[in-house]
Amino acid sequence: MGTFQLSKVRKAFGDAVIIPGADLAILEGEFIVFVGPSGCGKSTLLRLIAGLEDVTSGTIGIDGKDVTEAPPSERGLAMVFQSYALYPHMSVRDNIAFPLKMHKVPKAEMDAKVAEAAAKLNLTDYLDRKPRQLSGGQRQRVAIGRAIVREPTAFLFDEPLSNLDAALRVNMRVEIMQMHKEMKATMIYVTHDQVEAMTMADRIVVLNRGNIEQVGSPLELYNKPNSLFVAGFIGSPKMNFIEDNSLGVRPEHIALSDKKGDWQGTVKLAEHLGSDTFLHVDGGQRGQLTVRANGESAFGPGTMVWMTPEKDRIHHFDKSGKAVGK
Amino acid sequence: MATSHSQSLGKWALAPSLAALTAWAFVPLSIAIYFAFLRYNLQSDNTGWYGLSNFYYFFSDPYFLKDLFNTIVLVFSTLVITVVGGVFLAILLDQPFWGRGIVRVLMISPFFIMPTVSSLVWKNLIMHPVFGLFAAIQKFFGATQVLDWFGTVPLLSVIIIVSWQWLPYAALILLTALQSLDEEQKDASEIDGAGPISYFRYIVLPHLSRPITVVILIETIFLLNIFAEIKVTSVGGFAGNLTYLVFSQLNDANDVGEAAAGGLVAVVLANIVSYFLVRIVGKNLEG
Amino acid sequence: MPRKSSSGRKLVFTIIAWTIGLLMFFPIFWTAVAAFKTESDAYTLPQNWLSTPWTLENFGIVQERSNYVRYILNTIGIAFLSTLLGLLFAVPAAWSMAFSPVTKPSIDWSGKRWLGTILGCAAVAGLILYVSVNWDLTGHPLLGMLMLILFITPIVLWVFSRNTTDALLWMLSTKMMPPAGALIPIYLIFNRNGLVFKDWGWIDLSEWNLIDSFWGMIPLMMLLNLPIIIWMLYTYFKEIPTEILEAARMDGANVWNELTKILTPMAVPGIVSTCLLNLILAWNEAFWSLNLTNKYAAPLSFFISEYSSPEGQFWAKLSAASLMAIVPILIVGWFSQRQLVRGLTFGAVK
Repeated sequence: MGTFQLSKVRKAFGDAVIIPGADLAILEGEFIVFVGPSGCGKSTLLRLIAGLEDVTSGTIGIDGKDVTEAPPSERGLAMVFQSYALYPHMSVRDNIAFPLKMHKVPKAEMDAKVAEAAAKLNLTDYLDRKPRQLSGGQRQRVAIGRAIVREPTAFLFDEPLSNLDAALRVNMRVEIMQMHKEMKATMIYVTHDQVEAMTMADRIVVLNRGNIEQVGSPLELYNKPNSLFVAGFIGSPKMNFIEDNSLGVRPEHIALSDKKGDWQGTVKLAEHLGSDTFLHVDGGQRGQLTVRANGESAFGPGTMVWMTPEKDRIHHFDKSGKAVGK
Repeated sequence: MATSHSQSLGKWALAPSLAALTAWAFVPLSIAIYFAFLRYNLQSDNTGWYGLSNFYYFFSDPYFLKDLFNTIVLVFSTLVITVVGGVFLAILLDQPFWGRGIVRVLMISPFFIMPTVSSLVWKNLIMHPVFGLFAAIQKFFGATQVLDWFGTVPLLSVIIIVSWQWLPYAALILLTALQSLDEEQKDASEIDGAGPISYFRYIVLPHLSRPITVVILIETIFLLNIFAEIKVTSVGGFAGNLTYLVFSQLNDANDVGEAAAGGLVAVVLANIVSYFLVRIVGKNLEG
Repeated sequence: MPRKSSSGRKLVFTIIAWTIGLLMFFPIFWTAVAAFKTESDAYTLPQNWLSTPWTLENFGIVQERSNYVRYILNTIGIAFLSTLLGLLFAVPAAWSMAFSPVTKPSIDWSGKRWLGTILGCAAVAGLILYVSVNWDLTGHPLLGMLMLILFITPIVLWVFSRNTTDALLWMLSTKMMPPAGALIPIYLIFNRNGLVFKDWGWIDLSEWNLIDSFWGMIPLMMLLNLPIIIWMLYTYFKEIPTEILEAARMDGANVWNELTKILTPMAVPGIVSTCLLNLILAWNEAFWSLNLTNKYAAPLSFFISEYSSPEGQFWAKLSAASLMAIVPILIVGWFSQRQLVRGLTFGAVK
C-alpha cells in the first residue's frame, strides 16, 4: 500500500521539455523528498504523480496498478499545497469535510472523521471559522486535516512550509515528521530547502533540470554524492570546489591551524554564529574557501591560516562532473 | 491543471458562445453584402441585380458628405472634451476635500442616463429657446435675441449632450487609474524637488497614458454609432451622422438596398478608423 | 506638497469640486423637480421652485395615457432576461478560457491553406448555385442560407481553431461592429415579409414577426453584450487561484461539483458585477430599441423618445416619465462604480 512506480516518465510543454525521462520506485511508508533548485521540475513531477498534469509519455503505477490515464480523484492521493488552497467561502469544518462529501461518505461517519482530524491537529476550537480568520500555521493545519481525513494511499506535499516564518517552519517540520511516524503512510514531499530535505527524509531525490541526479538516504548523499551538482547542493555551507572542479571538500572537513597545514590562506571574513564560526578564506590560487570552526574562533579578518583537509573526506570529480574513486 | 480531459470539456463549453458570436458577426454581414448589390425598395416590386448602383447612390446622396463630416466632427470634439476634461476632473476628484464621495456620485451620474432621456431633457428643459434654462440665462444678461440651440447650431448641441454623457466615463476611468498611482512616487518626486506641474507632467501623465488610450478606443467605438441623440431631437437633416443616414435610407426612403450598402460603408469606415486608432495609440497598450 | 495651508487648499477644492459636481448633475436634478410640478409650472426657473406647488399628478397622467407599467416591465424583462441568457453562454465560455486555455492554434493557417479553403468553398458554392438556380436566388432563400454557410465555413474554421487570447480579442472585436451595418440584415430577419417569414414546407414560419417582439429583443441584446460579459467573467475567473480548483480535483470533485461548489461561490462578486453592468447596458440601449420596437415590446428608451414630437405642453410629463426610467440605473451605477470600471474598459483598467 502506497508504493509508486514511475517508468520513463516524460513531460514536455510543446517544445519545452521539463522532464526528459524519470524512473523512480517509491517504497511503502517511506518519507521521500524531491529536492532541487527552482525550475528543476520537482513540482512538475509531483503534479504528474497527483494527476494534475498529463504525462507526455511513460507510465505511472500505484501499488502495481497503472494510473497514467486516471484522473486525480481515482488515484486515492491527498495533496497539501504551498498556498494551502483552502476553500475561502467554507468554514474549517466544511473544508475538512469536503473530500468526504465528494466521496459520498454518510454524514455520521463524516462528522466523526472531521472531529477526529480536528482533535489531532488542535483545530477543534476553530471548526466554525473561515480561513481568512486563521493564522498561517492554522491554515496549514486545516490543509493537512483535509488531507488526512480521507486516509489516502499516500500524501503529497508541495513546498508546504515555504510560506511560513522561520520559527513556525521548524515547528511544523517536527509536526509533519510526527504525523508520518504515527500514520506510517507514504509521503512524497517537495522542497527547495535542502535542510528540510536532510532532516525529514528517509530518502532524497535530487533533481536538476528535470533529471534525477541521485536517489539515496540523506547521509548517503552527504557522504557519497555521485556528481558535482549533488555535492554542491547538499550540505550547507556549500562544498568547496578547487582545482577546476575536480576536487571537493566540505567546510566542516577542513582543520585550521595558525602554524602548519597543507594549504595557506588569509581570512577575509568571519561569520560568528555562536555555535560555529564560518571563515571565508582567500586561498590564493585555490580561490575562495569556506572553513567551519567549532564555537568561537580566534581567527579574524586579515589573519594568516593553515588549512588541512581530512584525507578521506576529499571528493574527486571528472571532467563531466561525475564523482570518481571511493 | 490543463489536462487533456479538461481541455476537451473546455472546447465544448466554449463552443456555444463562439458559435453564437460567429453567427452574429458574419450572418448579418453576408446578408448585407447580398442586399447591397440588389435593387430592393420596400415599396416597389422591382428587384434584381443592381451592381454598384446602391453604393453610387449612397455616396452621391446630398447628405453623404455632410453626414460624414458631422460624424468626424462629433467623434473628434467629444474625444477632446472628454479626455481633457476627464483628466482635469480626475485630478480634482483625487484631491482631499469635504464630501468627496457625494461629489463623485454627482459627477458620474450623467453617464447612467439613457440617451433618449438626456437628449429630450437637454433639448426641452435646458436649450429650449423660449422656456429653457440657457434662454433664461441669456435674458438675465440682457440679451434680446435668444440662441435657438437646436435650430441654429444642432451639431454643437448634439456634441454638448454627448460630451455631458461621456465626460463622467472618462473621469471615472482616469480617476480609478490615478488612484492606483503609488503614493510613494509622489513622495519620491517631492524629495527630488519636483513641483506640482513637473509632477503632473513627468509622473502623472505617463501613468495615465494607458488608461487614456483605452478611453479613446472605447469612446470611439461608441461615438461612431451615436444614434438616439440625433433621432430623438429631430436634427437628422442638419446634424445627422453616417448611422443616421443609413437609418433614414431605410426609414424614410424605404430603400433596403441602399441602406444595406450604406451599412457596409459604415462597417468599412469603422474598421479603417479602428485600424489606425490601434496603430497610433496601441503602442501604449501592452501587447 | 507643502503641508501648510492644507485647510485652505481643501476649501478651495471643495468649492471648485462641488460647483462642477452640481453643474454636471443639474439637468438630472431639474428633471426631478419638474416631475413634481404641474404642467404649467414645470417651466419655472430655479428662483421660483419653492413657491409653486408640488404634485404627483404627472405620474398618474403618464400611466393613464400610455400604460407606463408595460414599458417598465418590458425594460426590466429585456434587461434581466438577456443578462441571464448571457450568463448561460458566458460562464462556461469564460471558465473554459480561464482554466483550460489553448496556447497553440489547433490549425496552422498559412497563406496557402487560407487560399485553398476559400477558393474551395467559393467554387463549391458557385457550382451549386449555377447548376441549380442559375444564380437567381429570389424564391430560394433556403439555398441562399446554405450558400451562406458554405461562404462562412472558412471563417468558422478559423475562429474555432484560435488560441485563447486571440479568441478573446476576436470576441471583443464583434462588439465593435457598427449597428448601422447590421440594421438592414436584422430588420429583414425580424420582419414579417422579410427573410424568415414564409411557409418553408418542413416548418411553417408564416406567423413569424419579431418586429416589436419581446422575445425577439432578448437574444439580440444578449448577442450585443455577450463579448463584454465573457470578457469580464474571464478576468474575474482568472483571479481565482488555480490551486484551489486543483485541491478540489484532488478531493475527488468532478467538473460539475468543481463549478457549482467551488468556482461559482468564489466568483459570485464578479458575476454580480458583470450582471449589473449588463443590466445598465441593456436598460439604456437605444439604437435597436428605437428601430425594432413599437408598442408591445417597447422598452423605456423607446417610450421616452415618443415625447420628441408631442402635442401641447409635455415637459412635466416627460420629466415624470424620465425620472422613473433613470432612477433605477442611477442607483445601480452609484453603488457599483469600481466594478463598472473594469467592465467598461474591457478589463484594461482595474
